[in-house]
Amino acid sequence: MSAALIAEQILNGLQSGMMLFLMAAGLTLVFGVMGLINLAHGSLYMVGAFLAASAAAATGSFLVALAAAMAGAALAGAVVERVVIRRLYDRDHLDQVLATFALILIFSEGTRWVFGSFPLYLDVPDWLSGPVELPGGILYPRYRLALIGAGLAAAAGLGLLVTRTRLGMRIRAGKDDREMIAALGVDIGRLYTLVFALGAGLAGLAGALVGTIRSVQVGMGEPVLILAFVTIVIGGIGSIRGALVGALLVGLTDTLGGILLPRALALVTDPATARTTGAALASMAIYALMAGILVWRPTGLYGARPA
Amino acid sequence: MTKTTIAALALAALAGTATAQTKVGMITTLSGGGASLGVDTRDGFMLAIEQSGRDDVDVVIEDDERAPDRAVQIADRMIQSERVDVLTGIVWSNLAMAVVPSATAQGKVYLSTNAAPAQLAGRMCHPNYFAVSYQNDNLHEAAGAWANQAGYSDTFVMAPNYPAGRDGLTGFKRFYEGELAGEIYTDLGQTDYAAEIAEIRASDADSVFFFLPGGMGISFLKQYSDAGVDLPLVGPAFSFDQGILQATGEAALGVRNTSQWSPDLDNPANRDFVAAFEEAHGRLPSLYAAQGYDTANLLLSALDRAEVSDAEAFRAALAEADFDSVRGDFSFASNQHPIQDIYVREVVEEDGVFTNRIVGTALEDRANAYLDACDMQ
Repeated sequence: MSAALIAEQILNGLQSGMMLFLMAAGLTLVFGVMGLINLAHGSLYMVGAFLAASAAAATGSFLVALAAAMAGAALAGAVVERVVIRRLYDRDHLDQVLATFALILIFSEGTRWVFGSFPLYLDVPDWLSGPVELPGGILYPRYRLALIGAGLAAAAGLGLLVTRTRLGMRIRAGKDDREMIAALGVDIGRLYTLVFALGAGLAGLAGALVGTIRSVQVGMGEPVLILAFVTIVIGGIGSIRGALVGALLVGLTDTLGGILLPRALALVTDPATARTTGAALASMAIYALMAGILVWRPTGLYGARPA
Repeated sequence: MTKTTIAALALAALAGTATAQTKVGMITTLSGGGASLGVDTRDGFMLAIEQSGRDDVDVVIEDDERAPDRAVQIADRMIQSERVDVLTGIVWSNLAMAVVPSATAQGKVYLSTNAAPAQLAGRMCHPNYFAVSYQNDNLHEAAGAWANQAGYSDTFVMAPNYPAGRDGLTGFKRFYEGELAGEIYTDLGQTDYAAEIAEIRASDADSVFFFLPGGMGISFLKQYSDAGVDLPLVGPAFSFDQGILQATGEAALGVRNTSQWSPDLDNPANRDFVAAFEEAHGRLPSLYAAQGYDTANLLLSALDRAEVSDAEAFRAALAEADFDSVRGDFSFASNQHPIQDIYVREVVEEDGVFTNRIVGTALEDRANAYLDACDMQ
């Protein structure tokens, strides 16, 4: 196993972690600030991908497609928050799970109704297609490098927004004490809609970016949603930094586990067993990681410590 | 319900029993992810029925939504209350395993337009079960044989970790004589293949065999062509069929794939079929449409020779396979699966449409590996 292969797999892990971060950031904000479990977050990811595919088909521009995905998903998020989610803040988590699960079904069937059952296709734009040669002679797809860059940019932007702006200050305040900031005259309803739309927009962006190299189809959001929940539990609920670290850990564990575990097992068993058992163990690796971290830190890496 | 409608229904029922109608139940996937396969199966089958101009064959069509429990429910209803004589149409092997054994045990004839799992070819073979398509391993076996012919000696093989995926790799290895540069089982439904592509690049393989049906194959092909690995790809026809090719686009150009049928196969029955299908539906037929068409023609040929009610004679007429197959030569082996040539096709672009052209023959007169396991001799 060469160093170039390991380096390439680390890049793959970073890239999948970055996309996971875009999903997890919205989820952790909504959970942290409003205390809401939003299962429909994966649907907003799907909405973003479908909007990007139709915008790209209509205009031929990848950047327009990304903008349409973000804006459309944010708008869908704002509408959903005003119409449905708003009624759930005071309910317990089981009611929230039920209502947002219903939203998944509505989004999926609605998308099927509008776009049909056949997958749509989004192509990598010419200026991002093909491989580039990195130092050390590693050939790596330009588009995946761009995804890592986009994820880093989004993380930096989000970090600045939360720590340096007035909106960010209110988001942090809302997370710590929502009655108090309402008493101080902040329109908490508007703040919640904004936060929800922000999370939805990030999910939509992730859907468009990832949909470009995979296929755009109904139900594409749910597998990612599960990983996103694992990520925010590892990182600590409500923490953007936790979401970033958690996403990178999950991305790297998932990618490297799939490669290294079968090889490690091949040292002790015969190759056929090593391959099938290794594949099975690799799919459990991220849950083992989550369990290990929770034993060490029950509220996640950056979660608020119980007083 | 008024008395007149009851009377009308009773009359209609009487009229129905008056002529010797043959009732065919088609269970196939018409909605959800795999819908394009079922739609083509249905359109191919119905094209043959319409072309025959016969009015003594009734076809009832139901959507199984790719769910085994739904397929079983439909089959029970078709057998018990609609009293069909022949069942057909199932695309997926897991659905076929749920429906076929009980249908054949109840004395119904099942003609498979696609799914043909190993169990039904071997230990569980049945005089009432005919696979008109192939045996599931055939296209993989042909890919192995083709790898030998093309001089590949170090192939990297990859399939999803589920029964059909493991069978696919077993089928490939049955004929392939070279070394394996690597062997990977992926998750079923996986959509990101970056890690596997890096492994392929790092291995010293001279070619790649992959079996990734449906959306998995589309994702893999797009990512593979973008990664700049230029090893030749070989696979069974499922990822390169007419319905999928327009979606993969240029990423699939030049890929070799194995199939027992191709739109450019040169025989009169196939030329007529491709032209008639294109005229009726405005698109090129897929492998599934060709299999549906052949199944209907086999059924019609048997009905010309025997009544469905005479089970023994009807089965013998089916086993004769006296019809003009779009695949050319076609006959049944002792376990009632086809003996046929399997070709290698190349993905090409013609007038802006992506399609397949035959470039060689991988296996001639291939039956299947389960003849000895089946006790019908």
